[in-house]
Amino acid sequence: MSDLRPSLDTPEVAAAEEVVAAETTGTAPRSRRRSPAAMAVRRFRRNKIAVFGAVVLLLIVLLAVFAPLIAQQSPTAVDLGEIRQPPSSEHWLGTDASGRDVFARVVYAARVSLLVGIVAALLAVLFGTIVGAVAGLFGGWLDTVLMRTADMMLSFPPIVIIIVLAGILGPSIPILILSIAVTTWPTTARLVRGVTLAVREREYLHAARVAGASRGWLLRKHIVPAAMGQIVVVGTIAVAGAILSEAVLSFLGLGVQPPQASWGNMLNDAQSLTVIQSMPWLWLPPGLAIAATVLSVNFVGDGLRDAVDPRQSGRS
Amino acid sequence: MENTEPLLVIDELAVEFRTDEGVVKAVDGASFTIDRGEIVGVVGESGSGKSVTAMSILGLVKSGRRAGGTIRFRGRDLGELAGKELRTIRGAEIAMIFQDPMTALNPVVTVGKQIVEALRLHDRKLSKDAARDRAIELLALVGMPDAAARFKQYPHEFSGGMRQRAMIAMAIANGPSLLIADEPTTALDVTIQAQVLDLLRVAQQETQAATLLITHDLGVVAELADRVVVMYAGRVVEQGDVTTVFTAPRHPYTVGLLESLPRLDRDVDELHPIPGSPPSLLAPPPGCPFHPRCPLARDRCRTERPELRVVGNGTAVHRTACHFAEELAAVPTEVTR
Repeated sequence: MSDLRPSLDTPEVAAAEEVVAAETTGTAPRSRRRSPAAMAVRRFRRNKIAVFGAVVLLLIVLLAVFAPLIAQQSPTAVDLGEIRQPPSSEHWLGTDASGRDVFARVVYAARVSLLVGIVAALLAVLFGTIVGAVAGLFGGWLDTVLMRTADMMLSFPPIVIIIVLAGILGPSIPILILSIAVTTWPTTARLVRGVTLAVREREYLHAARVAGASRGWLLRKHIVPAAMGQIVVVGTIAVAGAILSEAVLSFLGLGVQPPQASWGNMLNDAQSLTVIQSMPWLWLPPGLAIAATVLSVNFVGDGLRDAVDPRQSGRS
Repeated sequence: MENTEPLLVIDELAVEFRTDEGVVKAVDGASFTIDRGEIVGVVGESGSGKSVTAMSILGLVKSGRRAGGTIRFRGRDLGELAGKELRTIRGAEIAMIFQDPMTALNPVVTVGKQIVEALRLHDRKLSKDAARDRAIELLALVGMPDAAARFKQYPHEFSGGMRQRAMIAMAIANGPSLLIADEPTTALDVTIQAQVLDLLRVAQQETQAATLLITHDLGVVAELADRVVVMYAGRVVEQGDVTTVFTAPRHPYTVGLLESLPRLDRDVDELHPIPGSPPSLLAPPPGCPFHPRCPLARDRCRTERPELRVVGNGTAVHRTACHFAEELAAVPTEVTR
């Protein structure tokens, strides 16, 4: 045992060392062993705010999944006899301008918001990871082309791009998802490229190349796994961003179209001062839902960031 | 041709690096061969071009440029192979053991998985279970106690010597016919060095692989190698079988190297380091590159570059690149003591 102190050069190694120090430095193979992922989970669970965020998020997801069981009324059934009724025992959160049940709409809207948020973020992260890793590994003109494209995307105000796209292609959920993904992938691409550049010069990558690994193999086996922790973090933050974008666009009438409910288009009604002043049941519930979802996603994202990289501040 | 030509033939290899100060000739016309199953030690100071030569064999000289010469492996010119063909040779037919086992293993992947991947990289049909069994077998072969448990561990749970064992297991995983060991013991404790050398010998016997041993440690060469190639300033200055070269060196640089070495078996009052330092490869001296430091240097050395030529009359081929090799032969006892 000539050496128990590998250099502290990566978060993973630092994390790994932590466990060696925490447990035992015995020479015999130990039965209890934690992978870096397992250690990240453990750190995450020690973070109270992150766990709270995760619980709230889980509740919202359950709400979306079991919407038909939770909301007894249809979110789209129009009842012109009961327009803009205040909350009652029949309509827990009252009714909107077309007499639809607000509670049912808020619950069903969770499906749309989460779908858009998660799918858009997944697409953006997937594309960004591929672009970033390829740019970093291949370098040269390909790197220049890809990263300048990413820079261009980042230098446009995303909301304008989305409005133009939605305006040209017509408002619908797939277009909404696509346009959000198109404007968010560069963040991931930059991050993954950075990780790739750092990993590329590592000796173990050189060793893998000497062992006959192709670039595709290096990407799959070494680079993407090395970046995975950080990808998960930006992915989570991207979900929050996408949910907000969905709300904004639907509020502007460029996203989810009525009668389908989304938190954003429910806020449409709040455009009038009378509604804001005298009918809080129309805008408060969707507004709170957006805030609660985005906040809990961000809590989870922060928690993941601290869990993945133990050197980040804020860790106890 | 396959049978008559040595396994690896390096012929007039030249590698250049472009830097801000100019072109650095890291390797400048190096030639040597390796036969099947043979252990060849390449020795030289830092910057003598030995590592660059090794990396050139695998076509992996970063930012460097092949400026000339050929490298033939099993009769095939490695310089002419496309990327895909080269990848099937790397790792499978030519494998490398790195200097620093601390950094050459991925810290976040278990050691076993890394060996399994090395196996599956060249045999996609190999099942996961079979690869796992083979990996454990390999770990046991390199003297890893409790190999099955070690298989599941991460590199940080290994000591330096253990990691080098794992590296060797990975290198011999695909049964290469040529192993390149780049300073395999330099990063290790002295006590571990001997173990790793023994292991290299075992690995060599097990796989019957020819081994190219790159080192600045003459002791390692004497211990392990059949033949030795001495490099200086990007050129081969002397080569021959180990006993011949070490007992009757025919190049003043080799003599200097041997004289600067502490010995246990002889009573030496003081060591004699070679005066001066290796020449700048940006502007190598004209003539013999060693002449500014050479005790035998005279006018001819400053103008005419000596070529590698056969010396001695033994059965083993012994070559040196010195105009006045015979003068060294006349005073062997004095210079080798």
